[in-house]
Amino acid sequence: MKYKIFAGTCLVLVGLFVVTSLYYKKEQAKMYGFMAQNNASTFVRDHSQTLGDDDAKVFLVEFMDPACETCAAFSPLVKQMMKNNPGKIKLILRYAPFHDGAEYFVKILEAAKKQGKYWETLDVMFKSQPYWASHHNPQPQKIWQFLPKAGLDLEQIKQDMKDPAIVKIIEQDLADAKTLNVRKTPGFFVNGKPLETFGREQLYQLIQSEINAMY
Amino acid sequence: MPQPNQLSNKNWTILFFTWVIVTISTLGSLFFSHVMEFAPCVLCWYQRICLFPLVIILAVGLFPFDKRVVAYALPLAIAGWMTAFYHNLLYSGIIPQELQPCSQGVSCTEKYIDLFGFITIPMLSLFGFTIIIALLIFLKKRISQNEI
Repeated sequence: MKYKIFAGTCLVLVGLFVVTSLYYKKEQAKMYGFMAQNNASTFVRDHSQTLGDDDAKVFLVEFMDPACETCAAFSPLVKQMMKNNPGKIKLILRYAPFHDGAEYFVKILEAAKKQGKYWETLDVMFKSQPYWASHHNPQPQKIWQFLPKAGLDLEQIKQDMKDPAIVKIIEQDLADAKTLNVRKTPGFFVNGKPLETFGREQLYQLIQSEINAMY
Repeated sequence: MPQPNQLSNKNWTILFFTWVIVTISTLGSLFFSHVMEFAPCVLCWYQRICLFPLVIILAVGLFPFDKRVVAYALPLAIAGWMTAFYHNLLYSGIIPQELQPCSQGVSCTEKYIDLFGFITIPMLSLFGFTIIIALLIFLKKRISQNEI
């Protein structure tokens, strides 16, 4: 009798485990399939600026703020990684202008995009950042003396900055940042996977693991 | 005065019930690691080391019923309980994170589940070990009362 109770309980518990596992796996697959379809646009919008090969299989999404020091520090690092893995990484920039007044610089960037000088302008911004983005005394106007280095038509920039479409872009990006739980910049996602602990090495490893998985 | 046979039957049932709890806990732990694919951290492993053998030890104690089973099972359960208690302190931040022994690999304070806003995996572990210890002590008391 006792043996039967014991054996029966074993069977029931193991059976429950197997059934629950199968059910859980099935639900997960359903959910992730759904996420893959619906979520992709949260990471990459049509307006988003991209860099790198269109055939690249590793999508590096960066939520950034032109006035954020760490974003500036990461910029050469990301470029170096892209250089080391030619054609494999595509960088997608999203805006998360969390610093006070940072939207001003996003507007300049978007205006520069119309002149085809997006990356040059971003580079100039990051390099001159210490002069205008001091936390104690931010002086956004000081950016203008550096912008000619990017080869921009400044009068045109001042016009294009007023485009209300840029405000929409910023709103959309901030909404997506909220959805994806980005609270600090830079916020990195590699093929939709968030950088769980922040750091150069961690970003490098996450990108490398995706490259290994995809190639 | 109940018959000795009835008494031992009841003891057997208590031990059997403890075994059921231990087995459910073990399967639950395996569910977290293998099905939900949460990597167990170092502290989780120490608790598992204390928990998993109990499935076998208690089962052996059931057939035939062995009065000594508590002596073999209780130390493991207490060791598991203490690890779980420490883990809960880490998890809730009472012990600062810098002091955790597992800075590499899986963090012992990374929260995987948060059922109903307060139930965490280490809490389930502590709860499980508490029930197991309580049942084993209860069984021990019954057995020693019987012997007098």
